[in-house]
Amino acid sequence: MNNEPVIRIKDLKKHFPSGSGRFTALNGIDLLFSKGEFTGIIGPSGSGKTTLLNIIGTLDTPSEGEALILGRSAGSLSAKESAALRKSQLGFIFQTYNLFPVYTVFENVEFPLLLQGVESSQRRKMVLDALEWVGLTDKIRSRPAQLSGGESQRVAIARAMVKRPAIVLADEPTANLDAKNSHNILQTMEKLNRELRTTFIFATHDEKVIGYVRRKIFLFDGKVAGDEIINKN
Amino acid sequence: MIKFLFSGLIRDKHRSLIPFLVTATGVMLTVVFHAWMTGVLGNSIEFNARFSTGHVKIMTRAYAENMSQTPNDLAILGTDTLMNVLPQLFPEMLFAERIYFGGIVDIPDKNGETRAQGPAMGIGIDLLSENSPEIERLNLASSLKNGQLPVNKNEVLLSNKFAEKLELSPGDTLTLVSTTMYGEFTLHNFTLAGTVEFGNTALDRGTVIADLRDLREALNMDAAAGEILGFLKTGTYDVVQTTAVTNRFNARFLVEEDEFSLVMKNLPELNNMGFLVEYSDKIKGILVAVFIFAMSLILWNAGLLGGLRRYGEFGMRLAIGEEKSHVYLTMIIESSIIGFFGSLAGTATGLAIALYLQNQGLDLGFMMKNASIMMPSVFRAQITPATWYIGFIPGVISAQIGTMLAGMGIYKRQTSQLFKELEA
Ligand SMILES: Nc1ncnc2c1ncn2[C@@H]1O[C@H](COP(=O)(O)OP(=O)(O)O)[C@@H](O)[C@H]1O
Ligand SMILES: [Mg+2]
Repeated sequence: MNNEPVIRIKDLKKHFPSGSGRFTALNGIDLLFSKGEFTGIIGPSGSGKTTLLNIIGTLDTPSEGEALILGRSAGSLSAKESAALRKSQLGFIFQTYNLFPVYTVFENVEFPLLLQGVESSQRRKMVLDALEWVGLTDKIRSRPAQLSGGESQRVAIARAMVKRPAIVLADEPTANLDAKNSHNILQTMEKLNRELRTTFIFATHDEKVIGYVRRKIFLFDGKVAGDEIINKN
Repeated sequence: MIKFLFSGLIRDKHRSLIPFLVTATGVMLTVVFHAWMTGVLGNSIEFNARFSTGHVKIMTRAYAENMSQTPNDLAILGTDTLMNVLPQLFPEMLFAERIYFGGIVDIPDKNGETRAQGPAMGIGIDLLSENSPEIERLNLASSLKNGQLPVNKNEVLLSNKFAEKLELSPGDTLTLVSTTMYGEFTLHNFTLAGTVEFGNTALDRGTVIADLRDLREALNMDAAAGEILGFLKTGTYDVVQTTAVTNRFNARFLVEEDEFSLVMKNLPELNNMGFLVEYSDKIKGILVAVFIFAMSLILWNAGLLGGLRRYGEFGMRLAIGEEKSHVYLTMIIESSIIGFFGSLAGTATGLAIALYLQNQGLDLGFMMKNASIMMPSVFRAQITPATWYIGFIPGVISAQIGTMLAGMGIYKRQTSQLFKELEA
């Protein structure tokens, strides 16, 4: 068993310019994440969840301190390197799904593989596998506009998972969903987490999500206010 | 990836339709405008060339210096031999002798007393030879208003207004009062064969068109002509060709010390035609520059609006691991595809309209009524090889420039910011 953490965050700070001064959104974060975690970053609106997730996802850079993502320092990656890291190892799920509206379900899920240059028959197989994980094989020709919110988020999960990334970052994934759909996608992600050993990190304040996670990191005013491991046997 | 972009373009009307229509419209306007300007300028140049300047003009040096007075006492002598030599020296040209003259037209009554009189500007051309190219060149057949074209000795044409003013009908006699080449007073009787109207004020006021041979008799200009006009056989003025001809001619005939030596003048040197020729050359460049500028501006804004709608898509693509430069590149590829098809459509419709304007022409005679410069009354567009590509390349380029400018904003933004703006 490999216990090397997939993410290592040390005294991380993030400042944003604000008016004449600056606003500190993250104020000295120290965290380790291991492979296969199913973790929620929990906190009220404005506590810094999205900012932290963006830095882990290399969509944003630290102001101070260090964030090592799969051994790579987020602060010192070039744009090209961070794109390459995202392309191969990171999957994203957003509150607003962010599906490509003009493309079919199949094409949406296919896109990450297209970027990776996966060969076409292999691509097709992987897309169909991913759609099977989320139970949407009957919708491959549909457009996002024809899908319900729950279905849309399942497509987004398939798109994030199709390349089998090491880490999936989900920012308020249930915020636009009703209870039934929320439970459905959480069960789907939990299953993928167990089967593929993918690390899942959620930013959320949704009780339903909190009920599924196996580790709760409480964020308050840019600081870690608590870190609990839940034992679910 | 190209397939991916292409299907996106086809499915998303917002992404393709507006830039497509903008490009197509701009290209169409450019094509039509270019063909029209080329036509109008070309028509004006040819009209002047046919009636007055030729594509090139041969005179004596002394005549050339006082050209506006058409001083026939300084006319070219021995034109009969010259007219044999010229076609051999310049096989690319057709030459025509002309005698321009002034005088008074006097209408006698039954008793030979003056009934009416008027000042006349005369053009002597080869009217009576069989198949004389001058008939066609001056568009005489279609300009005929009354009577017929001269077929016999001493028959002339008069501008219709002039004839009306003098109360003259075909078959009537008129007397030309003028001076001979040697400065002597002379009278010559002509018969009016027909009247003409060119739709041009200067020409329709008081023009007499007579045959060269009759005029030579009347003005005592045996084997002489005031001017010899040269026309390119292609029928269209071309400054490069005429410059070569002019240089060759002057090298051979022009003698600095001899004021009766022959000189050839190129059309731009005559009747202030230079500006038209120059204008005609520059118009293309100006047109293309204005077009690229305006289209880029419009497409830039269209691109900004379109890009705004796509921030979420771009942000997501970046999150999935596409490089920013690649996103930017795909935007430019998209716009090139749109620019290509927009330009194609614009060129096609533009050419169709230009073709219509070329065949039908537009009668602007009502606007030319008081024009004192020589302009035809019917203008036609002219499609040249340039018409085919003049809009096309700028169409594609401005689609690209517009996207580059629009894409800049996306390029500069923080990736995480793209999502923020989407949520706002
Ligand atoms: N780009 C930015 N510029 C300025 N302030 C920002 C920016 N992004 C986030 N913030 C601020 O940082 C704080 C944390 O934001 P965020 O991480 O989005 O919180 P959460 O996701 O927990 O709601 C908020 O007060 C927010 O206004
Ligand atoms: Mg947030």
